[in-house]
Parts: sequence; C-alpha cells; structure tokens
Amino acid sequence: MGLLEGKKLLITGVLTDSSIAFHAARLAQEEGAELVLTSFGRQFKLTETFARRLPKPAPVVQLDVTNEDDLNGLADAVREHVDSLDGVVHSIGFAPQSVMGGNFLAAQWPDVATALEVSAFSLKSLSTAALPLMTGGGAVVGLTFDAQFAWPVYDWMGVAKAAFESTARYLARDLGPHGVRVNLVSAGPIRTTAAKSIPGFEKMEGGWPDRAPLGWDQTTAEPAARGVAALLSDWFPATTGEIVHVDGGVHIMGV
Amino acid sequence: MALNETEVLAGLTEIIVEETGIDAGDVALEKSFTDDLDIDSLSMMTIVAQAEDKFEVTIPDDEVKNLATVGDAVGFITKAQG
Repeated sequence: MGLLEGKKLLITGVLTDSSIAFHAARLAQEEGAELVLTSFGRQFKLTETFARRLPKPAPVVQLDVTNEDDLNGLADAVREHVDSLDGVVHSIGFAPQSVMGGNFLAAQWPDVATALEVSAFSLKSLSTAALPLMTGGGAVVGLTFDAQFAWPVYDWMGVAKAAFESTARYLARDLGPHGVRVNLVSAGPIRTTAAKSIPGFEKMEGGWPDRAPLGWDQTTAEPAARGVAALLSDWFPATTGEIVHVDGGVHIMGV
Repeated sequence: MALNETEVLAGLTEIIVEETGIDAGDVALEKSFTDDLDIDSLSMMTIVAQAEDKFEVTIPDDEVKNLATVGDAVGFITKAQG
C-alpha cells in the first residue's frame, strides 16, 4: 500500500516539471493519492499542460490566492472533483523583481506588501479556504527557504519567508483543534522556474553542495518532494508547526 | 510520422496564435520571439510545452534560449522528430 493511499490532496504551485510541486504531485500519485491542482491567470494553461504529464492527468481549478472570489469559491471548485481533502500543499511565492536581487535598501512598501501577501499571508488564506473540506482533519505542507539567515539576493523574499514560517506556527496553533497539522519543508536551493526568476540566484546556491554533509544536487526536486509526501502522510501524526530541513544538512553547519 | 518544416511551422503558428492572440500572418520563420512577436518568458514556456505535446518531442530548457526565431524552433522540432 502506498504512503498516501486514498488521500485526496490539493496541490498549488505546479508550473512546469521543474516545479517542486510537480514532483510532490507525481510522488503523491505514485503513493496512491488523488489530486486536484490549482493555477490562475496566464499560468493556467501551462499548469494544465504539465498536469497532463503526471502519471495520472489531474484536474486544475482556478485559484489566485490574492482574489477573495477565488478563495470563497475554492471549496466548491474542489468539490467538483473530490468530496473532501486530507491535505493541502502550499508552493506559492512571488516578489516583484524590484525587491530582490540586491535592492534591499531601495525597496518600496507596495512591492514588499505584494511579496508578503502572495508568499506569506496566502498560507492562511489557502488553509482557511480549504478547511471546510478537511472535515476529518488533515495536513497542510508548505515550502520555505531557511528564513533565519540573510541570504545574497533573496532580500524581501527572505523577509516574506520569515513571515511565512511564523504564519505556519500560528496556523498550527489555531488549526490543531480541527485536527489539521501545519508543517514546512525547508529545502536547499533547487533550479526551478521560480528560482531562475530570482536575479543572481546562483549566488544563493553558493557552495551549498560543498557545505552539505550529505551533499546537495540543485538540479533535482526529488528530496524536497519526498519530504512533502512524508509530512502529508499519517507518519507524522503528532507533529505540527515544524520545519523539516531537506537541505543536505547545511542548516547545522557553522561554516 | 515526421512532419516537414512547412507542417511544423503551421502547427507552431497555431500554438503561438492561441497563446498570444497575434495574427497568424505575422508569424514567419525569420521573426524573433522576443523582438518581433513580443513573447515573454511565461508565454515562451507555454508555447514550448504545447509544442512538445503536439509534435511529441523534448525541448530541453537549455535549448530554449537558443531558439531566438520561429525558424530556429521549427528547425529544432523538425530535427528532433527524428
């Protein structure tokens, strides 16, 4: 029996087959889960194209996490495909180019606000929008990039990830009584489409494979996707508000 | 059945028109995706993914940046069909 046999999952953030969410979706299907994906706007067609390349084609529903109507309609849109949810994957982030890439001091609030809303507040928006479907409890899993440190070029996206990690803890507190766990995977740098859109991303990778006790391969999302699948499974039944590092071990190293 | 360049151009034009809304008559072999057709990276990813499905070929990410013109893409796809 698969790790996620019979589980119904909502997965955001599949853009291409380089997306961490794509590999989480693929693994989840291989482990027996039934999926609904989300996308929006001009990305929708691209998500649909890659949804057809999963082991089993998955339906895609409209969700812009900053759009009230989309959030209010999410449960009904998902119900057209599955009657309930056991888990939700948050793999969403966006910051205008003006607040990344070495422009920390020049950043303006409206652009920072966009980054915080799309990348951090959206964890709350998505979780509460999906909550009516998680009647039997469930798991929310998100993806972060270690927000304890100041990284090259990540700038206000790093601040947004700090807010995201804190949001996960408060959500874990408030969704616990609903039987919903909220956990994050803190992955090392992976060359996804999103990563490549960060100006100077290669500076963030700086020496990661050498610093990681286990080594690190920036070209594969498989380890991060496995972490997501594990946290969605029934094998972390008493774990919430946790950040699991899937980074080759870099986070424990002093130098 | 491998398609010839004319057939690939016709199929690729359909994809480009659907994604961008530009006139089919504006799509020609010598046209640059970015400079002439004003196609951004998201549209280019969509076009590439749909072309992969339609023509049953793989267009690696590293190859996409070499496809400056419609003709470059038609040439690559035609060859990649084997």
